[in-house]
Amino acid sequence: MSATETKVLEGSEQGFATTRLDALLGWARKYSLFNYPFVTACCGMEFMAVSSPRYDFARFGAEAPRFSPRQSDLLWVVGTISQRQAPILKRIYEQMMEPRWVMAFGTCASCGGFYDNYTTVPGIDKIIPCDVYVPGCPPRPEAVFDGLLLIQDKIASGVRKPSVVKPRQDPATDLVQINTPPKPEKKKKKKDEANGEDA
Amino acid sequence: MSKLALEKLQAKFGDKVFETHSQCGDDTAVVSPDAWHAAALFLRDDPALDFDLFVDLCAVDYPLRENGRFEVVLHLYSTTKRHRVRLKARVGDLEGDAAEIDTLTDVWSGAGWLERETFDMMGVVFRGHPDLRRILMYPEFEGHPLRKDYPAQQTQPLVPYRTEEEAGMVLEKVAPFGGDEGMAFGRKWFERGARS
Amino acid sequence: MEPIDLDLEEGELELPAEPMHLNMGPSHPAMHGTVRCVIELSGETILKADVQVGYLHRGFEKMCERGTWTQVFPYADRLNYVSPMLNNVGYALAVEKLAGLEVPERCQWYRMILGELARISDHLTCTGAMAMELGAITPFLWWIKARELVWDILEEETGARLTHSFGRIGGMAKPPTAQLKELVRNAVPTILRLLEEGEKLLLKNRIFIDRLENVGVISGADAKALGWTGPCLRASGVAYDVRKAHPYLKYDEVDFEVPVGARGDTMDRFLVRLGEIRQSTKILLQCCDRMPDEGPVNCDDPRFVLPDKMDVYTTIEATIQHFKLVMEGAKVPAGEVYSYTEAGNGELGFYLVSDGSGTPWRVRIRPPCFTVVQGLEQLITGRMLSDIVPTFGSLNMIGGECDH
Repeated sequence: MSATETKVLEGSEQGFATTRLDALLGWARKYSLFNYPFVTACCGMEFMAVSSPRYDFARFGAEAPRFSPRQSDLLWVVGTISQRQAPILKRIYEQMMEPRWVMAFGTCASCGGFYDNYTTVPGIDKIIPCDVYVPGCPPRPEAVFDGLLLIQDKIASGVRKPSVVKPRQDPATDLVQINTPPKPEKKKKKKDEANGEDA
Repeated sequence: MSKLALEKLQAKFGDKVFETHSQCGDDTAVVSPDAWHAAALFLRDDPALDFDLFVDLCAVDYPLRENGRFEVVLHLYSTTKRHRVRLKARVGDLEGDAAEIDTLTDVWSGAGWLERETFDMMGVVFRGHPDLRRILMYPEFEGHPLRKDYPAQQTQPLVPYRTEEEAGMVLEKVAPFGGDEGMAFGRKWFERGARS
Repeated sequence: MEPIDLDLEEGELELPAEPMHLNMGPSHPAMHGTVRCVIELSGETILKADVQVGYLHRGFEKMCERGTWTQVFPYADRLNYVSPMLNNVGYALAVEKLAGLEVPERCQWYRMILGELARISDHLTCTGAMAMELGAITPFLWWIKARELVWDILEEETGARLTHSFGRIGGMAKPPTAQLKELVRNAVPTILRLLEEGEKLLLKNRIFIDRLENVGVISGADAKALGWTGPCLRASGVAYDVRKAHPYLKYDEVDFEVPVGARGDTMDRFLVRLGEIRQSTKILLQCCDRMPDEGPVNCDDPRFVLPDKMDVYTTIEATIQHFKLVMEGAKVPAGEVYSYTEAGNGELGFYLVSDGSGTPWRVRIRPPCFTVVQGLEQLITGRMLSDIVPTFGSLNMIGGECDH
């Protein structure tokens, strides 16, 4: 059965069947992620909060943690990775089977955080490839969900380019002016247009 | 803290107690390294002092001090008498060698890991310790990181870092990122000038 | 068919007798991560255990020497990251002891409120994780819900759920909000109710009791020699709580009890923590009654406290003061001090050495759970493999503090 299917899909006619199959696989994979929580530090507390009833990542299908790398497809690197922990992280990543994705949860996992010293790995992408970076120290659960949604988009589309979770709103545009009169309406509109162009 | 402990130490050990002070209310005695073990045993066993809770052992690095670069600091507490004492000893030469002192693991078992940590971070060797190996750093690490002459950012990676060809992308993270990699709005607000 | 064992020696048929070495590696499901136990097993009984910590060593002490005294606060937060306010307050008190500062009364009550909220969060997480590791996931979820209520209050006050960096030398970063007392008074009954619901599920459960009672027993004398403090020491019968023995802030003016266990087993450590949550809620309500609604929160010392922002923008003296405090750091007088407070795990000590400049010479943290985990080897030797999980959970090893 599978042999005839591949025969149909090979060749130059990559049409309806392939894309539908890929879409189906992508849809199935993204809504049934088995995560491996590689929890080390403070972000682990936010990970616990993310898995808890208030912010519940079971809604996204990513609830089942599998503590064996062989059985999981999303590696959550939660917390600071020290130089001593690095070989273990690498080994866990190598034991995972394709297709596998990696999420760097927190600033320490993304870039080492403010631990710029002899004992911290400055970001896990120095050791393993990473798909989504969720900055924050620790990131709010909503940011973590943005990261999870980004991973799901990547799984669905098949694009592996790494990306970073961005804040939904630029804090610099909401600055409160101290003791200066509020700006007249015209200038505000111009600023909004400028924002729209740059954003 | 405990003035009584200082008085008794001075009475018993005489000239081995180099100095005492009570800055900020913490009673401290500096003893000679060869009286370290005997002083600790005395502090634990004397019934009027009865220091039974082993609080902390660490070392401080004074790299410009010739006779005793490292100061090994011991904090003790007595749950029955409710007093504390700090005991110090100076070991090591200017290069950081010859920093040896007796172990206290036979006096309080809590000294085990704390002495290992002091050895790991500062390089003070504890004579007679049953298992003196690194505890916070990995065994392949060379040097003692908390010493003042160890540069804070000098890493000794266990796993070689990936190169950029291998990764296929830029690995050094320089802020602000490119338009599609980080914040979409970047840092342009200050380029737009003052908000007036 | 002929019997196979006719020609064999008797000894050859026996099962292999060498002990098995098992690695409970640093990537561990039990949310504690970062501790590696290399165990020598004979069947399921542990003969020897080598507990290896240090997989989360982040160089706290070295990082403190590279900034100013105030820049230590974010690093101090991330030590015991489940109760960051207790670390902040502990460090602030240490620097204030060295500098000879006394914070105003309102700040002392405020620190106590935030500290006790952090302690509740710590104990809820520890007991919840212990229950979860034994398979009881529901109480964990309920207690995390209670923890979210605590974090809501902390978020309203400090701006962050977890690592607040809210303490400052000589006070706090901001004064309390107007809603603090109301939020605390509303949250406390809910927290107590959730606590009770979780306890109902656990404390009469035969399996839970069997897994925790008489497991990981340690005597008071052994615990003291090892340097144990906090709930683990109190579970072994030694009634030492820094808040009662050497009161700081306003702990001598509030009325609370200190739960002390009798047997020193895992069940006692579990129960002591639950008892402490109740005592913390009692302290919280008293602090809410006693805290003045008006008054300064920071002390009035220009050598350590940042001036008001409007003054910085308009007067030159405040600008200079702000500049010097931020760029060079507060000049704490030269000397050394050891200051201790009761953190979630026990006596959290900071031994500070100052050379009179704005950068610390040495900041030594005395981590309560480092000495506690030192005792793990003694607790699990001779027990079975599955006893490691509740025993280790009851010690509340927090990686950031243990490996500093």
